[in-house]
Amino acid sequence: MRILVVEDDKDVAGFVVRGLREAGHVVEHADNGRDGLFLAASESFDAVILDRMLPGGIDGLKILETLRGQKNTVPVLILSALADVDERVKGLKAGGDDYLTKPFAFAELLARVEALARRGKGEGPVTKLVVEDLELDLLSRQVKRAGQKVDLQPREFRLLEYLMRHAGQVVTRTMLLEGVWDYHFDPQTNVIDVHVSRLRQKVDKPFPTPLIHTVRNAGYMLRADQV
Amino acid sequence: MLPTGGGHGLPSAPDGVGSGDGRGRGEPPPVPETPGSAGPATPDPAGSPLAGSQSADSPLGAEQAGIDPEFPPAAGRHQDPDQAHRLPMFRSAGFRFAAIYAVLLAVSAGSIGYYVWWATAGLLDRQVEAAIGTDWQGLAERWAERDVPGLVQTIDDRLMQNVDDDAIYLLVGPGLHPLAGNLERWPITVQASGPLYELDVSRAGIRSLAMVRSYDLPGGYHLLIGRDVQVRAQLRRLLTDAMLWALVILVALATVGALVVRSLFRRAIANVSATATAIAAGDLGQRVEISGRGDEFDQLAEVINDMLDRIGRLMDGVRQVSNAIAHDLRTPITRARTRLEDAALHAETTDDLRAAIERATQDLDGIVAVFQALLRIAEIEAGSRRAAFTRIDVAPLLADLAELYGAVAEEKGIALETDLPGALPTFGDSTLIQQAVANLLDNAVKFSPAAGTVRLGAALGPTGVAIRVADQGPGIPAGDLDRATQRFFRGEAARHTPGSGLGLTLVQAVAHLHGGSLRLEANPGGGLMAVLSLPLPEDGEQSNRDVTRSPLA
Repeated sequence: MRILVVEDDKDVAGFVVRGLREAGHVVEHADNGRDGLFLAASESFDAVILDRMLPGGIDGLKILETLRGQKNTVPVLILSALADVDERVKGLKAGGDDYLTKPFAFAELLARVEALARRGKGEGPVTKLVVEDLELDLLSRQVKRAGQKVDLQPREFRLLEYLMRHAGQVVTRTMLLEGVWDYHFDPQTNVIDVHVSRLRQKVDKPFPTPLIHTVRNAGYMLRADQV
Repeated sequence: MLPTGGGHGLPSAPDGVGSGDGRGRGEPPPVPETPGSAGPATPDPAGSPLAGSQSADSPLGAEQAGIDPEFPPAAGRHQDPDQAHRLPMFRSAGFRFAAIYAVLLAVSAGSIGYYVWWATAGLLDRQVEAAIGTDWQGLAERWAERDVPGLVQTIDDRLMQNVDDDAIYLLVGPGLHPLAGNLERWPITVQASGPLYELDVSRAGIRSLAMVRSYDLPGGYHLLIGRDVQVRAQLRRLLTDAMLWALVILVALATVGALVVRSLFRRAIANVSATATAIAAGDLGQRVEISGRGDEFDQLAEVINDMLDRIGRLMDGVRQVSNAIAHDLRTPITRARTRLEDAALHAETTDDLRAAIERATQDLDGIVAVFQALLRIAEIEAGSRRAAFTRIDVAPLLADLAELYGAVAEEKGIALETDLPGALPTFGDSTLIQQAVANLLDNAVKFSPAAGTVRLGAALGPTGVAIRVADQGPGIPAGDLDRATQRFFRGEAARHTPGSGLGLTLVQAVAHLHGGSLRLEANPGGGLMAVLSLPLPEDGEQSNRDVTRSPLA
């Protein structure tokens, strides 16, 4: 995927660019607002990682507003040290698709950017999610694995749905907390792990091949083993 | 009617004064006083925060310069153009109020004076005029009935019957020859018929003042009808004198009153001003004195004191947080640093190094989490997060949380029992309430012994929603209950469990933001019971409105 990184801090930018390239993406980097806006407006990207406070007179929000003003719908992840709830709201209101505060773990950034870029592809409304022999019917709210019906609680169903929608991608605990529970705070205990492990009991345990995998230091990924 | 005319003058007068005072003066804009140019008039050092208003307000400055403190602008303009920049005096609110008072007093007194004049001296004149008119009607009828002899007869009769001896008649034939009446001859000044003349007359050898009117009769006859107004003139003179004296007294009273108003105004704000100066100078303990009269100034003082209390609390909070950061974050930072340094010096394999770095990263993540918690608490305590407040039902939020933590509890062999009614309306921020209850549940699950029970209950009472989280853990000793919500407080029992000591602080901050409270008490069955109270939606909305509304508005 083609990703634009607009970030003025040399260390952070270098780290992010290197990490994204290692993950197999094509990365462009701008270290000021002017170049960032020029690149974002003139070239086509799958996602943009945007710092808010930038040198060069044009800050991140202005870039975002300009892009949205030009009907440019490229997914934008705002990366900022401004962590207040109000700042977050401001960033999302300006047209940001996701907001990550510094300091951040690279795994979190990567997972979120990939989720955004994929979402940008827009596959239209789906009624059925299928991964390997696992089927999730969104209309009848039924889950089957290898033809066998799997009984899930409503919350477990939503958790599995989220994982299947992001099949093949890393999903972090915060993403699950926000996407499945709609909680925007950090519970101290690893409540997510407990819920994922319960889901595993039902979806993976009775079957020979596991689909839900733990990604160390990052989160979870639902994928067929042999891909 | 005239009194209404005077009444009209009243309300419009202050407007005129206001515009004249504010815009119409035509003086140059406020030039800051430069040291040296005005010499004695700048007693305040330029650095003082109140320097501008004090020097502008200072009667001393004006008097020293030989200007009548009441009317400095005229003096400043006409006597000495160099004094023009002394105008800040004019800008003084005290002076303005004093001037408004004086003008209002003058306008009111003038209106009353005019009315008194109209109702006394004016009334006498009108009475004379009416009497002359009545006389003329009677005499004109006589003339119509019986011509000259009848008129002469009537005039003589009327003069005879005139007890007050103030009636004046004179009937003259062609060539101004007197036919009847008590005047010796036709006054020269009376030329035309119609207007009322006021003239000196000589009657039976006595000079006197009279008001007369002449009427033309057919055949070259002229009739003069009048009244002697000597006594009335004296009365009017007395009245005029009294009015003049009243004017003098009025000016004196207005001046004194204006000075009193100004000094009252100054005294009223001097208190606030002195407090503000002291606080600006760094003495945050100062408070505005309250007179106890409960008037507007007291209300203002209370509002300001509330503001200062709040600022003081915030400052304390900041101080507390910075102290806490200095002391309590030192430990994890030291740990991370030690790990890294130790790995740099002693790690023998790449794997060792990687493991050490990973653990140090985790330590740093922990520190960041503490920072975020601190900032969030500070944000909540600052009370700036009411934007997201709406009417919400807490019951589904609690059910969701019970579901979220139920799995965790079950994993640890703890039973999570819930007792939730169908609806729990309140007014607040659902994310914050979720987080607060999540913290309570997190604590309860963390400290519960295996096979213990955690109870999440809620009830709707007359004062609002009460959310109870009870566990069977070690609880908090009675002596520590008060301190349990302080930042970084960690009970004896919590020493060896993970956590930052900020969980309950956040819960309390959320409770206070909502106008509710957090109560910690011993659970009757052992352990701790935390009760988070939130107000009823109406009360919450009300207090939310009160926060943003001034009592003086």
